[in-house]
Formats: sequence, C-alpha cells, structure tokens
Amino acid sequence: MLAIKNIECKLGPEKKTILSDVSIDFSAGEFVAITGENGSGKSTLAKIIMGLIKPTSGKIFLGEKDITDLSISERAQLGVVYAFQTPVRFKGVTVASLLQVAATGEDVLDGKFDGKNAKFLEQVGLDPKEYLTREVNASLSGGELKRIEIASVFARASSAKILIFDEPEAGIDMWSLDNLLDSLKELKKTYRESTIIVISHNAKILEMADRTIVLSHGRVKD
Amino acid sequence: MELDEIEKQVLKTVAGIDGIPEGAYNFRVNGKSISRSSSENIDVKIRPDKKGLEIFISGKTRNEAVHIPVIISKTGLKEVVYNDFYIEDGADVTIVAGCGIYNCGAKKSVHNGVHTFHVGNNCKVKYIEKHYGMGAGAGKILNPKTEVFVKDDSSVELELEQIKGVDSTERITTVELGARSDVIVHEKTFSEGRQTVNSEINVSVNGDDSRVDIVSRAVARDKSKQKFSSNIIGNSKCRGHSECDAILMDEAQVLAVPSLDARNLDAELIHEAAIGKIAGEQIEKLMTLGLYEEQAVAQIINGFLA
Repeated sequence: MLAIKNIECKLGPEKKTILSDVSIDFSAGEFVAITGENGSGKSTLAKIIMGLIKPTSGKIFLGEKDITDLSISERAQLGVVYAFQTPVRFKGVTVASLLQVAATGEDVLDGKFDGKNAKFLEQVGLDPKEYLTREVNASLSGGELKRIEIASVFARASSAKILIFDEPEAGIDMWSLDNLLDSLKELKKTYRESTIIVISHNAKILEMADRTIVLSHGRVKD
Repeated sequence: MELDEIEKQVLKTVAGIDGIPEGAYNFRVNGKSISRSSSENIDVKIRPDKKGLEIFISGKTRNEAVHIPVIISKTGLKEVVYNDFYIEDGADVTIVAGCGIYNCGAKKSVHNGVHTFHVGNNCKVKYIEKHYGMGAGAGKILNPKTEVFVKDDSSVELELEQIKGVDSTERITTVELGARSDVIVHEKTFSEGRQTVNSEINVSVNGDDSRVDIVSRAVARDKSKQKFSSNIIGNSKCRGHSECDAILMDEAQVLAVPSLDARNLDAELIHEAAIGKIAGEQIEKLMTLGLYEEQAVAQIINGFLA
C-alpha cells in the first residue's frame, strides 16, 4: 500500500541528518506503530509521508504511484490522512467547518454544515451542541484541541488509504487513553483496507499494533 | 419598483433580500427614494429638512425589522443622507441598512450616510449595516457616521461590515450609554488593492452597571491600509472590553489604536489587539484535509470575517 524507499532527510542551516536510508513497506490493513527515543526522527518520517517536510533524497510510493513530489493537498486527495501531534489553533475556523472540510475535502465558504458530521465529535467524547460553533482557537484547552484533531481524522477515515497519528496519546486530558485505544481499534475494524501508522511511546498502543518499527538515530533498528 | 440584475445582486449582498421585504422599508436607488412603506408599528417618513428619513419605531414593536438599503449604480453620484431613528421605550427591533455601489465609470461614486439613533428605555435594538462595492470604476467611497444615544435598561447590537470592493471609507461610530444598558459593536472590514479603511469607534458609558463590548476583525491584503481606533470612556461604574484582531497579508498595513479612558473608580476596562499573518501551519492543516493552498487561505479569511 505504502512504500518509503531510502529516505534521507537533512534539516536546518547545518543540514543535520534526521533520517538516513529509511525504507519501510506498509501493507493494506496493517496497524503499524513507530517508536523510538526522542529525536530519533519518528515525527519527521510521519511529516515526510504527509508532505509536510520534503526529504533530501529517497522515494515514496502509494500503491504504484510515486508521490514524492506531490503537494500536501494532492496526497490528502489521494487518501493520506494526518493527525498533528500539536493541534493547530486558528481564529476563523469553527469546529463545524473544520469537520465539514475534513469530511468533504472541500471548502465551506457558505457556512453549510452536514449534521452527520457531529458524530465525529461524539466519537472523541465531545458534545456537538457545545463545541460545533466554537472556533478552533486558544479558548479551547490543549486536551479539547487534541480530541478535535483526532475527530478531524475520523471525519476523513472513510476515504483514507493511510491514516497517520503522531503521538495521539499526548495531551488527551480527561478523555481517557482507553477511549483513544477503543477508537483506534474501531478504525481498524471498520476500515480494513486502510493502513494505520501510529507514532507513539505508549505501551498499550504498541501492544495493539500488528508490527512495531523502532527508529534510532534516524535509522530503522533491526 | 424595478431593479436591474446588478442592482438585485447588490441588494441581496447588502440587505439579504431579493426584493420588497415584509413590513417597513425604504429603498434608495441612485439618490432617490423609489419605494417606501410603513407598518403598524414602524413609520418611515421622508424628512422635510434635508435628504434622508425619519423613522419612528413604536414601543409596541416586537421582533420586527425595517430595511433601508441604498444602491448606487450611477457613476459620479455623490450624496449625503441623514437618517434619524426614534425608538420608543420597550421596542424590540432589527434595522437592516447597508449600501452597495456599482461603478464602472470614470467618476467617483460617494455615499455618506449619517445615522442617528435615539434609543429609549428597555429597548432591544439590532442594527446591521453592510457595505459593498462592485465594478472597475474610478472610486467607490462609503463614509458612514453612526451616532447612538441609549437611555437606561436597553440593549443595542451594532453589526458593521465592509464586505469588499470599497475603495475608501471613513467610518465613525459614536455611542452614549445610559444606566444598566449594554452595547455590542462587531465590526468586520476587508480591504485589498490600494483600498483604505479608517474606522473610529467611541463609546461613552455614562450610567452605572452598563457594559460595552467592541470587537473588530480586519483582513488587509495587497497594498491596502486599515486603521482602527477604539475609545471607551468609563464615566460610571461600568465594564468595557475592546478587541482588535487583524490578518495581515502581502504588503498591507494595519494600525490598531485602542484607548481606554477610566473616569470612575469602578470602571473596569480592558483592551486586546492582535495583528499577524496567517500562520503556515494553519494553511498546512487545511491542506492535509484536502484543500489547495488558495482554498485554505480563503477558508480562514472567510471564517475570520464570518
């Protein structure tokens, strides 16, 4: 389903090597956990798959298609979905419009909202009546933002081929880790053909995975 | 009343209506009042002394609206219009104004609207004013002056919006507030090209236990310039809040000048101002949901000014 081939990534003015010769094949329907010490390059790898960071060299294939030079938008339209480790705050986008964009992949300049999308908030334990009209900004706590971020990924799940979660357990506040695990299991059960990639340090998430890849100093550890 | 297609489009944009609305209204098109109607509770009259209207709103008015849109589609037309509103004690009314200019000609089109509101006791008033410009003509200039005098125990909400297409605007809003009353002023302005916006909002709180909330949101693109000045004067035991948020793009300029003037020991006044570009990660987040970069920017601007 997804293949990354000989990825190398150097970042910053000093061209520090973050990833070196990383090659991984991900199968359809597979739940893969990627773990490793801080600074091992896990999040960089996730961002490279989404197109948020350009690799210095190497290739990425989605099925037979080379997506290495595609933009973030183009990858999203092909079914790559990504949950940020630190959710983005912004004035001007309500929770309702964020979910609407996520569910449709289209802008919602007319403010119309499909009521069916409210269920994605319920899936992360938030009351739609309370949250839909709120802006995704600093008035929300870090934990609320994290759950909304995960809800936005659930909203895209039906059209997703690759679902990437970058440390979903970080900052989930009162919403328990168990609920997050249940949601991930539900995703895996419902979307059997989708590949789920979770960057995590959490033992329970690692236990859930079909396979765990360990990164160390920017390389896949044998 | 006959409107052409462009005039209908402008009417829809500034007043949210397709034609003659229910209830009281006045349509001003190219410098003339072309259609007017009163209702049982709202009397709309041409004023005898100068251009404009006198609108009398009875204390029996409940959940009723009066529409007074202005459309200018003739290039070179310049006018000053004075509309006075007399709102009796106990009235609950929504006033929908708004002005749209369509100018494809070589001469400037200018509408200066001076609106004065006399709000009684125990009133609930919502005033909606939208401004819009269309056409590639020399200048679409709108200069609204809004004065609001509020007595006691009343609630007033002003929604002031410059949608787009206005080349130059000088906006002056002044409110005098009595006791146990509150006023909310929401202003939204969009500018692009070399357009200029100069907005000044002054609220004097003269009675005890009153509140004022001023929220301005601005988006400035290209080489446009906007200046927002707000001034809350607390002459009494009162609470006041002023907030200016602006998105800055390209080579635009936004100047925010909030001012608080507390003249009573029990006046509690706060202001906030934030000006900045759209963060790259905000655009990236929306791109991960499938939008192209231009769509992501439009989504953020649209929501910011919604």
